Amino acid sequence: MTNQNKTIWQKWKAWVNGEEALLHPDAYIAKRAERKKRSKKKTFNMRRMKENPQVYHFLCVSVCAAFIGILLAVVAELPSFGAAENPTNNEVMERYLEKGMEETGAINFVTGMILDYRAFDTFGEANVLFLAVIGVWMLLQRDRKNFSAEQERECEEDAAIETAESKTILQIGAKYLTPMILLYGVYVICNGHLSPGGGFSGGAIIGGGLILYAAAYGQEKVGAFLTKRRFLTMIAGSLLTYFACKSYSFFTGANHVGYAIPKGTPGEILSAGWILPLNICVGLVVACTMYGFYALFTKGEL
Amino acid sequence: MERLWINYYEAAAVILFGIGFMNLLLQNNLMKKFIGLNIMDTAVYLFLAAKGYIAGREAPILTNGILDAQYYVNPVPAGLVLTGIVVSVSVTAFSLALVQRLYRHYGTWNLDEMIRLAREQEDDGWQM
Amino acid sequence: MSLDIATVIQGLLVLFLIVSAIAVSVVRNLFLAVIIFMGYSSVMAIIWIFLGAPDLAITEAAVGAGISSVLFFLTLKQIHALKGTREG
Repeated sequence: MTNQNKTIWQKWKAWVNGEEALLHPDAYIAKRAERKKRSKKKTFNMRRMKENPQVYHFLCVSVCAAFIGILLAVVAELPSFGAAENPTNNEVMERYLEKGMEETGAINFVTGMILDYRAFDTFGEANVLFLAVIGVWMLLQRDRKNFSAEQERECEEDAAIETAESKTILQIGAKYLTPMILLYGVYVICNGHLSPGGGFSGGAIIGGGLILYAAAYGQEKVGAFLTKRRFLTMIAGSLLTYFACKSYSFFTGANHVGYAIPKGTPGEILSAGWILPLNICVGLVVACTMYGFYALFTKGEL
Repeated sequence: MERLWINYYEAAAVILFGIGFMNLLLQNNLMKKFIGLNIMDTAVYLFLAAKGYIAGREAPILTNGILDAQYYVNPVPAGLVLTGIVVSVSVTAFSLALVQRLYRHYGTWNLDEMIRLAREQEDDGWQM
Repeated sequence: MSLDIATVIQGLLVLFLIVSAIAVSVVRNLFLAVIIFMGYSSVMAIIWIFLGAPDLAITEAAVGAGISSVLFFLTLKQIHALKGTREG
């Protein structure tokens, strides 16, 4: 059957199956080359536009100015800032504030919201962090494919300079500050349901403390206890624990009814059901991720 | 016009968004582009948080045992923004890693230069 | 519209945000641009307190002003854009 007397559906099916490329390879290649040429012409136009920078800049600025103008006109029509009767302050907020403590056991309503009502959303976000650190790892890992000989030499030189350099002020500062920062991070994580903070902020604080220590004493010192294996085990273990903790609602009717976890007295540290363990899981993931970014950006290895 | 002064947070957020967008379009330097992207992020967060604020109310953490919706600000935008901030830092880290890889390959951090080099390499490949 | 001291301070902070955002775009030196961005994030953390979101303030101070700036600096070093390290 030739190409002409087919229906659209058959053509599409042939294209999906690659019949055209298999049966008429010469015609197919000629067609592809023609398409390439056409696309080249298009980019040529774009290049010409960019070659004239004044026109391009003028266009960009005018587009942005028009954009800002339209948005400002919209803002001028919005309800006033800070008024209690705005449409954003509706029954959703009332429900969260009035029933939140009773239903989740957390005193901090924001934590109660993101780790109980919307816990799956937070789980997805922890996975985003994990994916980001894996992606950075793939891009910056120090091996034969990613590093040329020259970069390897540069890296060695940098390491030599770093060990030779005396960093007395930084080292003494880090010696006394790091334990406090880590302690504060642990406090923020464990009191996530009682005071401002939680897994994300506490994890970022712990990660910052580790980065300070690594900058002062060299990455090997941190690498001694946070090895590649432990790093991956910690992240994956935390994510799996989070999932196991939260998937109980699948087994109890998938609607959070029949809640078997005791919520305790609101205001105590061991209260609020799953929120404390979930906060710890999220905190571990965030801390490992932040330190992992630093380690991969400096040396390309954990 | 007067309402713009009342809604000054939203107006500032919109202007910041525009500045970040302009950075993204006009800068050839990849680092500056990503700083502009971060500014756009924070502008959106500022807008959301400003929508949740109610004048004269407390932060959404139980104080003095008062369980009344008339006493606290709106917690919903705070929860949304909290997740957004952490995602934005991971996006930044990933894009900076891409910048480093591009620098290793092309030896420049200027986008136009990079596109020119890529096109030359492609043309060489075509002739061969 | 009442003009009390809190409103004035918030107005100044917001003005600082806009000025530093413009400064980031016009400054030529990349190191300076990242430092200005750090200041921008710190001021943003103060604004979250004014807007009644202390959770966001802690997170923004740790992430925006701390870790994201560190990552920007490390990238500047890797792409040889910092004076005094290994200028390309």
